[in-house]
Amino acid sequence: MSNSEPTGSATERSTAMRNTSEIVKASVKKRYARETRFRLFGLIAILASLSFLAMLIITISIKGYPAFTQTFMQLEVILDADTLGLDENPDVSQLLKANYSGAIKKSLLQTFPDVKKRKDKKALYKLISKGGQYDLQKKVIAAPELIGQTMTVWLPVGDDVNSYMKGIVDVNLPEKKRRFKDNQIGWIESLKSDNRISQRFNRTFFERGDSREPEMAGIKGALFGTMLTLVVTLVLSFPIAVAAAVYLEEFAPRNRWTDLIEVNINNLAAVPSIVFGLLGLAVFINFFHLPRSAPLVGGLVLSLMTLPTIIISSRAALKSVPPSIRDAALGLGASKLQVVIHHVLPLAMPGILTGTIIGMAQALGETAPLLMIGMVAFIVDVPTAVTDPATVLPVQIFQWADLPEKGFVEKTSAAIMVLLAFLILMNAVAVYLRRKFERKW
Amino acid sequence: MTISLLLLLIFILTATGYVIGRARVAKMRNQVDRSERPHSLPRYYGYMVAIYTALPALVVIILWIFFESTVLTGLVSKQLPADTQALPQGQLNLILNDIKNIAVGNMSQSTADPVRTAAADHFSRLLDNSQWARNILAILVALLGMFFGYRSIHKDQRARVFVERAIMIFLIACSSLAILTTVGIVFSVLFESLRFFDKVPFSEFAFGLHWSPQTAIRTDQVGSSGSFGAVPIFAGTLLISAIAMLVAVPFGLMSAIYLAEYASPTARAWIKPLLEILAGIPTVVYGFFAALTMAPLMRNVGEAIGLTVASESALAAGLVMGIMIIPFVSSLSDDVITAVPQAMRDGSLGLGATKSETIKNVVIPAALPGIVGGVLLAVSRAIGETMIVVMAAGLAANLTINPLEAVTTVTVQIVTLLTGDQAFDSPKTLAAFALGLLLFITTLILNIIALRTVRKYREQYE
Amino acid sequence: MNLDQEQPQEQTIEEIVASLGDTVGEARVDNPKMTCTGVDVFYADKQAIFGVDLDIGANEVLSMIGPSGCGKSTLLRCLNRMNDTIPICKVTGQLTLDGEDIYGKQTDPVLLRARVGMVFQKPNPFPKSIYENVAYGPRLHGLSRNKADLDDIVVTSLRKAGIYNEVKDRLDQPGTGLSGGQQQRLCIARTIACSPEVILMDEPCSALDPIATAKIEELIDELRENYSIAIVTHSMQQAARVSQRTAYFHLGKLVEVGDTDTIFTNPRHELTENYITGRFG
Repeated sequence: MSNSEPTGSATERSTAMRNTSEIVKASVKKRYARETRFRLFGLIAILASLSFLAMLIITISIKGYPAFTQTFMQLEVILDADTLGLDENPDVSQLLKANYSGAIKKSLLQTFPDVKKRKDKKALYKLISKGGQYDLQKKVIAAPELIGQTMTVWLPVGDDVNSYMKGIVDVNLPEKKRRFKDNQIGWIESLKSDNRISQRFNRTFFERGDSREPEMAGIKGALFGTMLTLVVTLVLSFPIAVAAAVYLEEFAPRNRWTDLIEVNINNLAAVPSIVFGLLGLAVFINFFHLPRSAPLVGGLVLSLMTLPTIIISSRAALKSVPPSIRDAALGLGASKLQVVIHHVLPLAMPGILTGTIIGMAQALGETAPLLMIGMVAFIVDVPTAVTDPATVLPVQIFQWADLPEKGFVEKTSAAIMVLLAFLILMNAVAVYLRRKFERKW
Repeated sequence: MTISLLLLLIFILTATGYVIGRARVAKMRNQVDRSERPHSLPRYYGYMVAIYTALPALVVIILWIFFESTVLTGLVSKQLPADTQALPQGQLNLILNDIKNIAVGNMSQSTADPVRTAAADHFSRLLDNSQWARNILAILVALLGMFFGYRSIHKDQRARVFVERAIMIFLIACSSLAILTTVGIVFSVLFESLRFFDKVPFSEFAFGLHWSPQTAIRTDQVGSSGSFGAVPIFAGTLLISAIAMLVAVPFGLMSAIYLAEYASPTARAWIKPLLEILAGIPTVVYGFFAALTMAPLMRNVGEAIGLTVASESALAAGLVMGIMIIPFVSSLSDDVITAVPQAMRDGSLGLGATKSETIKNVVIPAALPGIVGGVLLAVSRAIGETMIVVMAAGLAANLTINPLEAVTTVTVQIVTLLTGDQAFDSPKTLAAFALGLLLFITTLILNIIALRTVRKYREQYE
Repeated sequence: MNLDQEQPQEQTIEEIVASLGDTVGEARVDNPKMTCTGVDVFYADKQAIFGVDLDIGANEVLSMIGPSGCGKSTLLRCLNRMNDTIPICKVTGQLTLDGEDIYGKQTDPVLLRARVGMVFQKPNPFPKSIYENVAYGPRLHGLSRNKADLDDIVVTSLRKAGIYNEVKDRLDQPGTGLSGGQQQRLCIARTIACSPEVILMDEPCSALDPIATAKIEELIDELRENYSIAIVTHSMQQAARVSQRTAYFHLGKLVEVGDTDTIFTNPRHELTENYITGRFG
């Protein structure tokens, strides 16, 4: 066998060789089976991960897609001053306070005159969204001369009708088990046959702030809050991160302080985000008494959180600029700072920007630290300044996800779709930047 | 005058400083005698004056913003009636909050009592004065700075050195912010934690088997009636993290191996970004998915095979968290595996090993330290993950290792204890900080070990 | 390279190769262990080897020399299909081992590599103990029936590689802790442990100091008794010292092949002469 002495005869050797190749031949099939199996495991792992991604996106899209349409109902509203509770020649403040929901209810009753019972009336009123009165209010204030006349308006329907129209309500269930009752179905069907029901693109979703009524809830407030928060984050983190990266990569002497900074940055990149929330709560809110729920504080916390990410990628970008360029500029008599500002930074900028976008995308999706600093409050108004109380898109998603109304499930999913769209956009820009400016030195 | 207007003004002053500083030396440049010419280019003198103008003014503004609220609150509460001042801190804070809200107009005056209305008036007056004082002071400081900078210009002054030194100080300050952040984290959780351990003994926290902070409703009850034994929380955190790692490690590692060793470059170019998408999905989305789809699915499957699965089972949360961590593990392992030198693979293949034998016997053992480091980072991530568990795991602190039951985690408790209104120094709130301290220390240790291991590994093959 | 300067710049590599003419010397031997016939190798669109005919005789050491990038390593890696690991690499022509086509459908690269071992340019011991390094191959292929058998194979292989006495006390220590020369001999021992029939060596001494090199050369001479050896080398002295036959490559073409003595004392092709006399390379 293989332990034959080197001096062994030629025949001995050839048997040894034959044996090796025979032994290998005997087991090789099994080994290839193992190879195939192993490879298959790898493939399965990847396919499982990717199919999960597909499943996530598909379920959310299916659930969220209906939220982008909204059902409207055509109604003849009699704007008589009595019902509205107005006297003659009302001013705007009176118009603001007028009883529009009464007018809507009245016209509903007129459309379906055979509804008499109290319970049925209540069910009838539910057909129109509580937000309908605000739409009507807007129209009347825009044209107060209409008071006393009958006006044909399209008003948003209530949450249950909305679900029914989108086919989410299972009509085969016994009546007791569903919120949407048979008489309501009857009314809607009769309106439908009169062409008085229509589905439109849901502008409310993008034009309104949060609301307790699913059909009136929108993401405008959250979008503005997100925007303000991200602006604060970007304004703070980008210059600081670039400065820190430049210092550490180009100037820092190798000493304990530098080592300490590096260890800190690497560690902070892996600290759970909620800990940053605790920091924000203790320092910014409780110590400095900055306003709660404000994009300013949110931005401060998020920039502390994204700094390590941006610093690390900026350093990588700076490192990839070859030393020959620095030497060339230094050789021409530029100071070290001039070399960095004139040559190294511009060359590293695409990489730095890519890192910044990725950091901002991370900040965009962050929720936990913002809960800590009170951005979880119910806020209807659209924020306009960094100190206004605000919420952000991920937190809005978190809040809606907790609400029991069926309408909020689709709103949540739709908000997630918007959030993911932004994230994909940002990542696409980052990938584009990386591909476009990728340079091999 | 709003803050943005003030900033604009300061900016204009700064620009002016630059222009006049530059103009002053520009004339000297024309001197025939070389020794009479200024040391640096004119623009550096401009920069210098600009720095003198902007920097002190900005410092004033920032300090003002940070301390305005504290000072004003102090002043207002001094003006409150004595009996109001004597209230416990928590209630006083609520009143002060009301006052501020009235003053800013977030709360209608009609609903508030006269004491608050009066205080609110006082507050808004103070606020007004404070803003005027701030604006005047900032502009004054800017003008003074400009004057000083302008005056100090003479031909031997090394403006470039000055400017470069200023920039250098800025750079150092920015990079030291990382240390400041860590210090800030440590202090903010440490102080509150110490106050917590004043009220609840550490041994009870660390070894107690019962956790129900919700019973401590009133502040005068203190720690006595709420129980703060955190063992069930630790157990829950570990259980969910363990489930997550059981999903993430095999799937992540196998994906990385496939990508690094088998996939064609084209497949790799497609699959890697797709996995990155999975990594980039916000955790709140995973949480929603876990609560809405995964948990009911688990329950139905459990029912079908005759098991009772809690609607907020550890299994559903852990599973989704594991999926979230797959791309994390896979990208870290991918880096490590591709760093194993090709010579190592060649050596094995050259002896007649199949690819999988080479991977199992040579590549993985060689990459093991790096992979372990990556997995440790993933564990740290699982422990600190918040949104998935907040949305899909329970609140009840059950001490169990059954993944089908509901458990709670450290992060869930922090969120629950700190959202909603309560007095800031109740043991309930302080408990959240104690948990936060624990979370920070645990992840810190894991991170440091992991980063060390990974770095050592990198050095080995560089 | 001088040659490039002599040729007009527009000439493609194919044209230069064509101008080199047919291989000079005797490519075939009486008792071939491995043969190459009309071998072309492509990396994507780029051709790296042009129609090479060459035999490796049983129990002989064949050295392959030539300037860098001449394709000698590429050809060597074709002989046990290590080029399979490079996806863009394509091999055409016929290569045989004991008359079997090694790129044929029936041939299994795993089996082939067990029979045709390879030693690499840089010593590449696995990050395992010395013992495990040598036992790796036999374990893979199931060559030993029991532990004693395996011990036997390990000791014999280490002995054959002339390193046993240096490491016998520390078989359980990592192979990466050895010196460069020892590592390379460990890699040779690792190869021998699979009892191959042919050993391919890709510049095995390029990373080693002269003393370590001398030891490896001695070893190669001893191994010739049992194995056929093909060695790629940069050092002409080494080729002259260890090999019986020498093949000279240029730009992917086998220019001249023959007895080592003849090639070094009386080269027939102008390029060979230029290379051997040190005008380029």
